[in-house]
Amino acid sequence: MSETMTRKLMLYFPKCECEKPIIYHLVKDYGLIVNVFRAKVTPEEEGYLVLDVTGTEEQIQRGIEFVKTFNVTVNFSGKGVTWDSIRCTHCGYCVPYCPTGALKIADAATREVAYVESECIECLACVRLCPYGACASAF
Amino acid sequence: MKTYEQINDRIASGKAVVLTADEIMDYVDRKGLEKAAQEVDVVTTATFGPMCSSGCFLNFGHSRPRIRMTEAWIEDVLVYTGIAAVDVYLGATQLRHGDPANMYYPGEFRYGGGHVIEDLVAGKTLQLFALSYGTDCYPLREIRTYFTIHDLNQAIMVNPRNCYQNYNVALNKSDRPIYTYMGLLEPDCKNANYCSAGQLSPLLNDPYYETIGVGTRVWLAGAQGHVYAEGTQHAGGCERTADGIPIGGAGTLALTADMKQMNKAFVRGVSLPGYGVSLALGVGIPIPILNEQILQRTCVRDRDIWAPVVDYSSDYSQNTGKIVCQVNYEQLRSGRIQIDGKTVEVGSLSSYYKALEIAHLLADEIRRGDFLLAQPIAPLPKDTKMKPLVKRKPPL
Repeated sequence: MSETMTRKLMLYFPKCECEKPIIYHLVKDYGLIVNVFRAKVTPEEEGYLVLDVTGTEEQIQRGIEFVKTFNVTVNFSGKGVTWDSIRCTHCGYCVPYCPTGALKIADAATREVAYVESECIECLACVRLCPYGACASAF
Repeated sequence: MKTYEQINDRIASGKAVVLTADEIMDYVDRKGLEKAAQEVDVVTTATFGPMCSSGCFLNFGHSRPRIRMTEAWIEDVLVYTGIAAVDVYLGATQLRHGDPANMYYPGEFRYGGGHVIEDLVAGKTLQLFALSYGTDCYPLREIRTYFTIHDLNQAIMVNPRNCYQNYNVALNKSDRPIYTYMGLLEPDCKNANYCSAGQLSPLLNDPYYETIGVGTRVWLAGAQGHVYAEGTQHAGGCERTADGIPIGGAGTLALTADMKQMNKAFVRGVSLPGYGVSLALGVGIPIPILNEQILQRTCVRDRDIWAPVVDYSSDYSQNTGKIVCQVNYEQLRSGRIQIDGKTVEVGSLSSYYKALEIAHLLADEIRRGDFLLAQPIAPLPKDTKMKPLVKRKPPL
């Protein structure tokens, strides 16, 4: 059996393409484990869905092909939250509010802050709280 | 024993031995105090963090016809015009016109005085709108124009209070989140925030103000400026540890420098949700190693510096003067402290990373001979205390 893997996906929905139960099909028909971070899928409006999918490479590939049939744009870079290393002053204010340690003190001596994108669950606490606007949300 | 003149001669000839405040402790441990004091000329200190009592005087030059500005806004941020015709003072915490503040709590406070100052230093084009009542010599009653810092005759930063010697650690013992100038404090002591560069911080490396005084040349956001007075709320006569380290706020500095010489990386607008806007600044101050005692004091370590933990949900806001306990900066930097047997996560509003960068930039400038030391013309007071504002009845 192939090894399972996890990929972060960002799906952009154009207007009017959101009436199908996409998540249901990803789970039921393609055997994927789905973890939704953020979703805004509203009729008559553009929408988005940010999620982790876990399965074999083949299952994930088939799932993505299925999603694409709905005229949905699939972005694999998964950058729903971005951290601007230039705007960041490395004060470390964000660190205690980040629930997963995606923002952390990377070097105890210099107190340099690092952002580990794969750990981010897009709670947006940093976007709301960073005094310097170093964290931003794609939507 | 060395003099300022001897140290400046060595700087000018490119021979000065300069270390940063985080390097000096190990150096002294290795060499011994006596030998290190002979060898080292300067120790550089630094800090980077929000410093609300900051602002700048700007001079716009005169329009044709002339205007005597009586109300003025830069990017819709009100500036003070109660001085000469085209001079204004822009303060870091001024909100933008129309900002709903905390009407929809907690307010976002996205843009204000501190951000205008950041944009000015970054060379951006900004809008000036000014009104006047009109006079015979200044007939123009209204002007709207666009400018950059290069168009101004002067842009001089004048900060009444920077570089607090030490500072509170903020905590929230109540059962609701509170939004403060020390950031978001979660209920039931879930987190605590501090704001100091600790062992790198200027006045913690010169606790009795032996070298930092009025006239000291400082590195203010990359420009060479100076200490023009004791800072507001300066209280040198505070409680101290046996080593002389204040265990509370204590000393402050009033700083000035030419904004046209500043580096935008060290002048940053600050938005604090639920509280307001401010300005974060980078400051570097060189300490001349005139004798062994001065060197000894620059060897202060985070574990020797104690800060009061204060409950911002009641004791700070009600000004009771009570503290919860004291913690040192080594404990704070570990990311966790213990309060009443509970582990509390700790964050910082001050950037040690940037402070370290500044201490090294300043050390490099001194080594290159580009930054000479200035001997103070007056000391900072060591005996003053903070006075409260007393609510009195009207005089008869």
